[in-house]
Amino acid sequence: MNPNLKWKALFIVLVILGCIFGLVGLPTFPTSVAQLKDNFSHRIQLGLDLQGGTHLVLQVQTQEAIAQETDRMVERVATWLRSKNIHYDEVRRVDDTHLLVRNVDSARLSEFRDYVNQQFANFWDMSPTAGDPSAYTLTLRGAAIAQIQETTMTLSLETIDRRINALGLTEPTIQPRGGRNSNEILVQLPGEGDPTRAKQVIQLGGQLELRLLEDPVVYSSETDALSKHGGVLPPGTELLPGRPQTRSTSGAPEEGEGWYIVSRSAVVTGADLRSATENRNTNNPGQWSVNFTLSPDAARRFGPFTQQNIGRDMPIVLDHRVYSAPVINARIDDSGVIEGNFSQESAHDLALVLRAGALPASIKYLEERTVGPSLGADSIRHGVQASVLSLLVVMIFMLFYYRLAGGNAVLALILNLVILLAALAFFGAVLTLPGIAGVILTIGMGVDSNVLVFERIREELRNGKSPASAVEAGFDKAFLTIIDTHVTTVVSAFFLFLFGTGPIKGFAITLTIGLIANVFTAIYVSKTIFQYHLTKMDRQGELSI
Amino acid sequence: MIELFKEPNIDWMGKAKYFYALSGILLIAGWTSIFLHGGLRYSIDFKGGTNVDVRFAGAANIDRIRSGLTAQGIGNTEIQSVSDIANPHSNEVLIFVEQKSQGDEAGDASKTQVINALNAIYGTANSSKPDFNAATPSSLFAFLTQRDPLLLSTNAGDRYQQLAKKILDYRDAKSSGVLTNLDDLSKADGVTPAVLSALKANYALGSFTIVGTEIVGPKVGGELRRQAIYVTLYALGGMLVYIAFRFQLVYGAAAVLAVFHDVLITLGFFSLLHFEISLTVIAALLTLVGYSMNDTIVIFDRIRENNRLLRREPFPDVVNKSINQTLSRTILTSGLTFLTVLVLFLMGGQVLRAFSFALVVGIVVGTYSSFGIAAPLVVAWNRWRGQGVAVGAGPAAGNKTRGSEDVAGRLAPSGRR
Repeated sequence: MNPNLKWKALFIVLVILGCIFGLVGLPTFPTSVAQLKDNFSHRIQLGLDLQGGTHLVLQVQTQEAIAQETDRMVERVATWLRSKNIHYDEVRRVDDTHLLVRNVDSARLSEFRDYVNQQFANFWDMSPTAGDPSAYTLTLRGAAIAQIQETTMTLSLETIDRRINALGLTEPTIQPRGGRNSNEILVQLPGEGDPTRAKQVIQLGGQLELRLLEDPVVYSSETDALSKHGGVLPPGTELLPGRPQTRSTSGAPEEGEGWYIVSRSAVVTGADLRSATENRNTNNPGQWSVNFTLSPDAARRFGPFTQQNIGRDMPIVLDHRVYSAPVINARIDDSGVIEGNFSQESAHDLALVLRAGALPASIKYLEERTVGPSLGADSIRHGVQASVLSLLVVMIFMLFYYRLAGGNAVLALILNLVILLAALAFFGAVLTLPGIAGVILTIGMGVDSNVLVFERIREELRNGKSPASAVEAGFDKAFLTIIDTHVTTVVSAFFLFLFGTGPIKGFAITLTIGLIANVFTAIYVSKTIFQYHLTKMDRQGELSI
Repeated sequence: MIELFKEPNIDWMGKAKYFYALSGILLIAGWTSIFLHGGLRYSIDFKGGTNVDVRFAGAANIDRIRSGLTAQGIGNTEIQSVSDIANPHSNEVLIFVEQKSQGDEAGDASKTQVINALNAIYGTANSSKPDFNAATPSSLFAFLTQRDPLLLSTNAGDRYQQLAKKILDYRDAKSSGVLTNLDDLSKADGVTPAVLSALKANYALGSFTIVGTEIVGPKVGGELRRQAIYVTLYALGGMLVYIAFRFQLVYGAAAVLAVFHDVLITLGFFSLLHFEISLTVIAALLTLVGYSMNDTIVIFDRIRENNRLLRREPFPDVVNKSINQTLSRTILTSGLTFLTVLVLFLMGGQVLRAFSFALVVGIVVGTYSSFGIAAPLVVAWNRWRGQGVAVGAGPAAGNKTRGSEDVAGRLAPSGRR
């Protein structure tokens, strides 16, 4: 065997061993067959249809989104009245859907009414308050409530979908449940494992805000903070809890809450993020932090803002808690770090949640059950049998039609299968019955590359070339065809991956891996075997193809 | 050497008009069907439906329930066994069925449908007596008052109401809602032999009970559906650009048109044969796009190669020759993939049926469209361009001088090999 061929063979064997190790060698190296099987089933998870999983019913607290709208309206009305220099005594929230405005300057009352009616006619209805001649009540309209509920539900569904899909290619089902006003979502996650982590990821609020610290003191309690300001917070500020950043070297969790007085409005919110990733905390070994970068649009705002506020503290607020309050040392354009007491997993999950976007309202779990496979035992058996049978049919035909060279193709098929499964395990993909059928089909189509090569070799042999040069020419000529067909499909898979989510993304990944595995097996491996065979063969021998 | 074709010599391009006619017929038939049915039929993945929670007396056989529901004309179902953490062996099954009507009565309609189907499977409907497992507090109360087994007559007050509640509490708490033997009720508080015999005389035991129904929305929301369409269009656009770059724009356009044609015809077949579009069918359609494109490029690639070798031959002949040379590969690959999906279709059971049907149709159409649509389109474009320009360089005769292939006759891909 020439040295070139030796290296090739070594490379191929290494790839195969790597894939097999990836499939059955983790998490602990197997020492028995049972452990081997155990590892395999651990690495290749089965989908909801084959194995069942967890059935969760959760409720979106849409009331919160409605209350938020009312809060925002209070803010808007007060800001407007101030900006127009219209005197008023009080703008106050009464309950989730009502707010009260007292003693608006009667001379300019009509101006105020016009403002509400023109800007918010679809949402707010303004009428005199019963029993209080000096006050007006703004009521959130029924249609507006329904609209807020609906958008909150849609947003929650989409956010939860993005988050679960970011956890892996698990093909969950996510469906709205119940009638119009129940605001429930049904989520099914495959696998027998503990769904705690997925549940936490679903439930994280994920509302990131960068604000300004309006009072450099960190108070030890709420009342303490209020009493220092005479019982009333400065206008435009808010009191938020958080954990003071005294860094312990041991990385042990810090005890005690601190209270921060921060600006009400945020410079940057989660919607302005371009990306978020977890990183090792360089200041505090053993801890993890989340780095984020801003969209170009937000960076244009953020740069000048930080420039103007050098030396001030800018708390990073996540779900209305202060995580850290770093000092702005210099102009910052588009990136930042969230530090906190994160493990790698919690940092990873937070980054994932930040990328997937915030929930518009919090979530409550109503029900958790275990569900069995949605396919009966018979259906599963039929599906798997059919898949295996079709694979066998392809293999037998190749052996029959191309004889020894067919063996080459069969080997390529098996390798293809191993590589594909290993890659699926690597991406945490879940196998469903249609998924298995898809894998079989990918492999069946992978035969095409072999057929292209073999037919070309046959053509060259017919044209009177020697086996060695026929093999060389056959691979050479088929190579371009194979590259063109594969690259075209990879291009389409790239678009599916880039713009698709969930099942579409999973499809694109499987397809791409299948194609790469196919080029590797059908060209590289197959050619190496041919070359090895040719070195063993005498010059006058015939190629078995 | 076993060979399928020695040296085929078929004039494919001469038959182009038959191919166009065939495609036209298939497209019109399929899409007429789609319009007559008021659109494609989507599965519960897209439409949502009702979850009917059924508790069984014994272990539930999901395959049996599925085939029973299918026999009753409720084909579009998803069946899962469920268990609570508190009650792990409850023989409970969630049946997800299509929602026939809108609004609140939809749940009731689905419930009745499932009950009827399950009755047909388990034969409870044969008994003329009412099902005790389906008894409600009010119906049991009415029965007890009318029968009066404790001989209370007018002094009964709310005692029968309490008794009915106790009996049903026993049924729901001790037997998880489904009683297998009425005699067990003797253990319930307040049930005397007289009450028991009255119950036994009047009630039969069904083998299941409906625990609840919930309307659930679609798995594929509007967002994902819209996205799937856009993303596929982007992907087709990407392929067009790549093929245009590697071959020529007209090749890219022809290949994309052919793929479009395949998807449209496959969808037409779905409507004609009453299959439903589900999430897995979408995956099958995406696979089909890749498959058809693959097949087309193999032929285009050969045309590109032959164009350089056979400069003197008319373009349609070059195309014919290319198709003929790749014919055995086409038949082999398509035949094998077709065989694969045919096995899945015939033996894969109900769940894989729609998925494999899409591929069975798709592979046949995808293979056909490569030589029947994509290649003739390139030839037609070539001919049209040829007639528009060139004097002396006959369109069919091709251009015999090198370096002028951009002008007329031969709009064949140049270089980049």
